[in-house]
Amino acid sequence: MTFKIRTLMGAAAVCAIAAAANAQTTVTIATVNNGDMIRMQGLTEDFTAQNPDITLEWVTLEENVLRQRVTQDIASKGGQFDVLTIGTYEVPIWGKQGWLVSLNDLPAEWDADDILPAIRNGLTVDGELYAAPFYGESSMVMYRKDLMEKAGLEMPEAPTWDFIKEAAAAMTDKDAEVYGICLRGKAGWGENMAFLTAMGNSFGAKWFDEEWTAQFDSEAWANTLNFYMDLMTNYGPPGASTNGFNENLSLFQQGKCGMWIDATVAASFVTNPADSTVADQVGFALAPDNGLGKRGNWLWAWSLAIPAGSDATDAAKKFVAWATSKEYTALVAENEGWANVPPGTRTSLYENPEYAQVPFAKMTLDSINSADPTNPTIDPVPYTGVQFVAIPEFAGIATTVGQEFSAALAGQQTVEQALEKAQALTTEEMEAAGY
Amino acid sequence: MARNVTPQRKAINTVIAWAAGLLIFFPILWTILTSFKTEAQAISSPPVFLFFDWTLENYAVVQERSNYMRFLWNSVIIAGGSTVLGVLIAIPAAWSMAFVPSRRTKDILMWMLSTKMLPAVGVLYPIYLICIELGILDSRAALVVVLMLINLPIIVWMLYTYFKEIPGEILEAARMDGASLKAEILYVLTPMAVPGIASTMLLNFILAWNEAFWTLNLTAAKAAPLTAFIASYSSPEGLFYAKLSAASTMAIAPILILGWFSQKQLVRGLTFGAVK
Repeated sequence: MTFKIRTLMGAAAVCAIAAAANAQTTVTIATVNNGDMIRMQGLTEDFTAQNPDITLEWVTLEENVLRQRVTQDIASKGGQFDVLTIGTYEVPIWGKQGWLVSLNDLPAEWDADDILPAIRNGLTVDGELYAAPFYGESSMVMYRKDLMEKAGLEMPEAPTWDFIKEAAAAMTDKDAEVYGICLRGKAGWGENMAFLTAMGNSFGAKWFDEEWTAQFDSEAWANTLNFYMDLMTNYGPPGASTNGFNENLSLFQQGKCGMWIDATVAASFVTNPADSTVADQVGFALAPDNGLGKRGNWLWAWSLAIPAGSDATDAAKKFVAWATSKEYTALVAENEGWANVPPGTRTSLYENPEYAQVPFAKMTLDSINSADPTNPTIDPVPYTGVQFVAIPEFAGIATTVGQEFSAALAGQQTVEQALEKAQALTTEEMEAAGY
Repeated sequence: MARNVTPQRKAINTVIAWAAGLLIFFPILWTILTSFKTEAQAISSPPVFLFFDWTLENYAVVQERSNYMRFLWNSVIIAGGSTVLGVLIAIPAAWSMAFVPSRRTKDILMWMLSTKMLPAVGVLYPIYLICIELGILDSRAALVVVLMLINLPIIVWMLYTYFKEIPGEILEAARMDGASLKAEILYVLTPMAVPGIASTMLLNFILAWNEAFWTLNLTAAKAAPLTAFIASYSSPEGLFYAKLSAASTMAIAPILILGWFSQKQLVRGLTFGAVK
């Protein structure tokens, strides 16, 4: 009898333990390898301490691999991930497809109204917020103050393209391997085409008119590309057609670039004395314009979204709310200092007097605020997105167009030939897609 | 008759062989060296070769950030499992083609090889959807089967070549002594083909260990092997080359050590049957 009771009690205990184990929810997070994301992984103990019933699993992948894996999984309803790290390009497309869970019901203390309007607009489709921004970025001019002074010039807070050209010419000293300007030349929709599309906006160029007709045969595109080629061939580093973000970052950190126009996130790298030889000589300015009403800067936000097929939606929402909250920002500041706080998402961060002391804080905010994803170009266009067109076909088309432009920079064809090919292939692809 | 080789000629040959070897090994050597540099040294121009302050910091960071042992264990299971399963299927297949050939044997061999000519991405979605249907996405079992199928044509071809070198008369003699088919394959054929089977297994293990397309596409958190471990340190926005190199060195170290210790076996197996 005693044996039976013991057996029953034992079985009950095993069942209780099993039930407790079952109550544990696992949230699998697909993310990219960058400083802010890695920092978040290191601080998740704060979240798991508050939510002991949730276990976090991380899948960290290179940006392009992640994009492909996540697209494949969400389109086939594979259900491998509960939280996705995606950008402002994917959110409107996937939100419209019904692939993402609406985040309109995040708790009131998460304070959706505190999100910067430009960023929030880029992540909202038909009034539904489909992703919570983790960090936002724009692009801006990073320049060498010492070289600028040597050239007898002063960088305005909001320079024009003509001034950039003048400064690039004055700073270039090819014998000393100092190049006036470093810009992206590597082919890819997120590489040279991100820069050139944003630059084109400030020259009055656009991808499509209101009838979705490709516009590479316009004068504005010819002006954009000719100006870019002129800058890069005369004042750019050799082999620029293979330079992306990392290559230019490396050149700038070694003191070989007078100016670099790229993501605001680079500011924390180039001002870090551990890696940069010019850390104390870097100044910042808004991306250039041509006086036409638009600047050549982009807008991007790495954001956390929940796929519609997730079986841990509630736990995933708790995590997303935690990672993108004001409290998380305070946690990073406490542990790693204000310069390492994920930038560009919340108004309250820029109202914080301590954050205002970070050298690139104001310029990052001004750059983000000067980009408008819903009204990106001078003329009206049927699409949203500053450095991209938020349609599924864009990534493929822009990568091919980017290859043509990169080939022109490498001297393999003329600007006219590159634009002609871009016009033909974009028209063909868009017709095939039914536009 | 052996060719006369002068000492000078021998020295030149040695130098050429070492130069070719170093050239092939250089990217791996550079990766290993970079893993001991700081991030600033990793991108310095001109590059620093040997004279820098060696640091283990990158390894410490990688160890802290990732569960290396979990990735390693997944790699061992996936590469080992697919190799063993592949050989178990390929031995009888190669036996039948080598010793009981039909008119279509050559065609079958060519057809098997032709499956290697199809770009892997062409069958990504069908296989992905099958894995979803069977509920085996992000499982080691799925990768064991998929990698086995991917490498099976190579295993069959290699074993077929080795088996062809074994005189059929020996098997006939075994049969006349009353050996069953199972006994013939297990106790007569297999022991004679051990060098060939061993080198086939080694090569297949290396191929499966290095396979990146399927292992990245069919895994997430649970079954991710060392290829995913390397991919997690690649970054288009941020210079993390030293950490990436440390992760790569940790990922290739086990297979490099295995290759080093088994190189005699590998070379012997690969040249088996080359001299007729």
